[in-house]
Amino acid sequence: MSASRYDAIIVGGGHNGLVTAAYLAMAGKKVLVLEKRHVLGGAAVTEEINPGFKYSVCSYVVSLLRPEIIRDLELPKHGLQILPLESTFTPLPNGDYLARWGDHDQTRREIYRHSPRDADAYDDFGKLMYQLAVAVKPILAMVPPDPTSMSPKDLMGFLRLGKHFRGLGHEQFHALHKLMTMSSADYLDEWFETEALKATMSSSGIIGTFLGPRSPGTAYVLLHHYMGEIDGAMRAWGFAKGGTGSVSESIASAARGHGAEIMTEAGVAEVTVKNGRTTGVVLDDGREYSSSVVVSGLDPKRTFLDLVDAKELPGDFVRDIERFKIRGSSGKVNLSLSELPNFTAKPGVGPLHKGAVSISPSIDYLERAYDEAKYGDFSSRPYMDIIMPSMIDAGMAPPGKHVMSIFVQYAPSDLRGGWNETKREAFGDAVVDTLAQYAPNLPDAILHRQVLTPWDIDRDMGLTDGNIFHGELSLHQLFCMRPTVGYADYTTPLRGYYQAGSGTHPGGGITGASGRLAALEILKGALR
Amino acid sequence: MLRTTPFHSRIAPLNLAQNWRRWSGYLAASAYEFHHDREYWAIRNSAALIDVSPLFKYSIEGPDAERLLDRVVTRDVTKCKLHQVFYTPWCDDDGKVMDDGTLTRLTPDSFRLTSAEPNLRWLHDNALGMDVSIRDISDDLAALALQGPNARRILHDAAKGAADELRFFRLAKGEIAGVPVEITRTGYTGDLGYEIWTEPANAEALWDGLMESGESHRILPAGMLALDVARVEAGLVLIGVDYVPAHQAVIEGRKSSPYELGLGWTVKLDGAWFVGRDALRAEKERGPEWEFRGLDVSWDSLEVLYGKVGLPPQLPSEGWRTSVPIYSGDTQVGYATSGCWSPLLKKYIALAHIQSRYAKIGTDLRMEVTVEHYRKKAVARVVDTQFFNPERKRNNPEPSAAVKAEASA
Repeated sequence: MSASRYDAIIVGGGHNGLVTAAYLAMAGKKVLVLEKRHVLGGAAVTEEINPGFKYSVCSYVVSLLRPEIIRDLELPKHGLQILPLESTFTPLPNGDYLARWGDHDQTRREIYRHSPRDADAYDDFGKLMYQLAVAVKPILAMVPPDPTSMSPKDLMGFLRLGKHFRGLGHEQFHALHKLMTMSSADYLDEWFETEALKATMSSSGIIGTFLGPRSPGTAYVLLHHYMGEIDGAMRAWGFAKGGTGSVSESIASAARGHGAEIMTEAGVAEVTVKNGRTTGVVLDDGREYSSSVVVSGLDPKRTFLDLVDAKELPGDFVRDIERFKIRGSSGKVNLSLSELPNFTAKPGVGPLHKGAVSISPSIDYLERAYDEAKYGDFSSRPYMDIIMPSMIDAGMAPPGKHVMSIFVQYAPSDLRGGWNETKREAFGDAVVDTLAQYAPNLPDAILHRQVLTPWDIDRDMGLTDGNIFHGELSLHQLFCMRPTVGYADYTTPLRGYYQAGSGTHPGGGITGASGRLAALEILKGALR
Repeated sequence: MLRTTPFHSRIAPLNLAQNWRRWSGYLAASAYEFHHDREYWAIRNSAALIDVSPLFKYSIEGPDAERLLDRVVTRDVTKCKLHQVFYTPWCDDDGKVMDDGTLTRLTPDSFRLTSAEPNLRWLHDNALGMDVSIRDISDDLAALALQGPNARRILHDAAKGAADELRFFRLAKGEIAGVPVEITRTGYTGDLGYEIWTEPANAEALWDGLMESGESHRILPAGMLALDVARVEAGLVLIGVDYVPAHQAVIEGRKSSPYELGLGWTVKLDGAWFVGRDALRAEKERGPEWEFRGLDVSWDSLEVLYGKVGLPPQLPSEGWRTSVPIYSGDTQVGYATSGCWSPLLKKYIALAHIQSRYAKIGTDLRMEVTVEHYRKKAVARVVDTQFFNPERKRNNPEPSAAVKAEASA
């Protein structure tokens, strides 16, 4: 047993684990972070796999990193800069395109070109979503109460929630009801007629889930796009300067500044338990560290089924975690390019290259991509969300050269016959072939290609089944159900063992919210 | 009639929004687009090119040049080395600030002084009996500020390495696009940055050369709106906004001493006599009445105030320049003069004059905010004025940095 004792040990140096560590250290606690890989960040890493070219290997945009975390931890002083991603460009098979630009009037004119009616509806839709985001936001910021509990804390939580919803107007309440129950395709059908607009908007509802745009429950995620507008993160959809890894590095730097100890290449083999409470961890190499508080930043499957001996946990809890849906549905392709893609729909280099490019020409296109995945194949014509980080931050590639980050869906984790290197490259080929239909110069411009399937993401990054959200963000796995009833408040059946990863509320994306809320709960609980 | 700067032929076609403002009688771009967002991020992320030609510039030459300046400004000019630049205010006899600017020693006996307001008469009045020539060279020098983390790389290409090892607040001479230039490691953004000086006839060649070298480093022309946000983040005072120049103040209460503007570090009381020294010495002994501080307006507090009317906080996207009351409890103890939402820090920040006994760092005061037409008070914490102060601003370039950049290309 190691001589030094820690107030808390964090398993996993992903961004949420680091946030927990930073908040605990800021409160004066002695904290140790243990990361298995040689780099910190988990799925939020920047790596120079091809020398001179920096890839945000997995996660590539910073969606809703909580502004209070940026302020509390003074992340800009530790190097964090989130640069706005201004536009979304959707090239179409007929040679036309649909774009949403940073400028409101320009976007309006562009949508008007496709449908004058949609141009007006787009503004009304934006207003309603803004109002609903105002209504829903406090839910994201609260620790989920247990609906079946009679404890004053949980009852108060529900009372606050109830009071909150009573304040909604009729129109907004009905819209919220629809958003919670409908598919994004159906919901958007009520508003718009332009196929490419509906498809591109609905894509945000399917990212990271094993659902298609016509699956009920996908509409809710449309709201999330408007969330950043209201909480001081104005235009928060952005690209982190230096790649996504700089988010993790800045949090780690803040944590160290507050005295946290962070070790890499220190994989945890086991969380040790004695009489129903944690006593510390054992590393892969046999080293041991003791602490009465252990926090897992890993997904629920790894947190409860791998790190802890099943016999230490209640049987029904283990069953719940086994049933937790965590199918991987997406892959990632990173490219080094000798030149920018030249889109036939809008030739030349222009502002579109500084924003996102979305391959989502129609709802049918997306649903067809999903159909293939449902039956165990990767999409031959996948949905893609593309950015060219070197156009936003010149330091991402050597002068004159570029990097391209392609998020690809669908790539099922349980591919028929299983994933292997041949299938991975075939998947990469499907991506490049599809893109070449819109930008024919792309294949010849590729200097280096990195393809990640759910299989690679599980193996290399430690995300079970390569699910980017540590478990699907479907309604039955949100709020007080995330990861399972009774343990949505970051506690676990084991005393002193906490969870802080994206598999807890509110989860998903680089928000840091889970890590922060977990730290605040720990400071009210075991480390009070 | 408004005058145009030597770069007008280049900036006018770029100013698609026709968004101009007045700067010392010149036309200056406020923003090149409808919104200054992109220009702001260029300052913080890549590089911004800003026309700063409207600055007043004076040449002070002769055996008594050093003596004259040492007597006018608050800093000890004898310590200013060849090719060194000093930022400094200067005061009237009562120790109240008249202006602030940069002072550069070009040769042992010649200096260049920049200022925001005309100062020719003041310089002459203080030079009586001295062997020195003072010339207004405002129209003889065009100037560009190149600001942002990529600025050094751009100059490496454009000036063929002449500024690669240029240290903070130093001057180098070189050539850009075939025209002779002087480069100083100075600026008004609190970021890595340079100002480049040349004759007006060379202005267009200089602009074109920098834009060309800057292209692959995402250079962007930027206007005053973006600069305004950056300078508030950097905590840099602005004349006429954060203080009234002493000789223009119609009442005593409008005047400020260097100590009251957070510029105490520029006052060297132990050197030779300078204008205002005795008053400043006395003020230092008794302590200044006011302090110039940063205010960090609490987001939680804004959320509560706006939440009462069912809104999320509504904050201005442009920097503001009005006087806003600051309270301790319900007693007014100061006023903010500049403020903005910092897109980088995700904070609502302001620069304020606070009565000294309320100005301790960490004190929670309250700032007036107008929430849906009603005046409210939001919690504002007293902090240092330098909200953002990255290492790159003043760190010395590693001699190998440029070489490394080339090697990786």
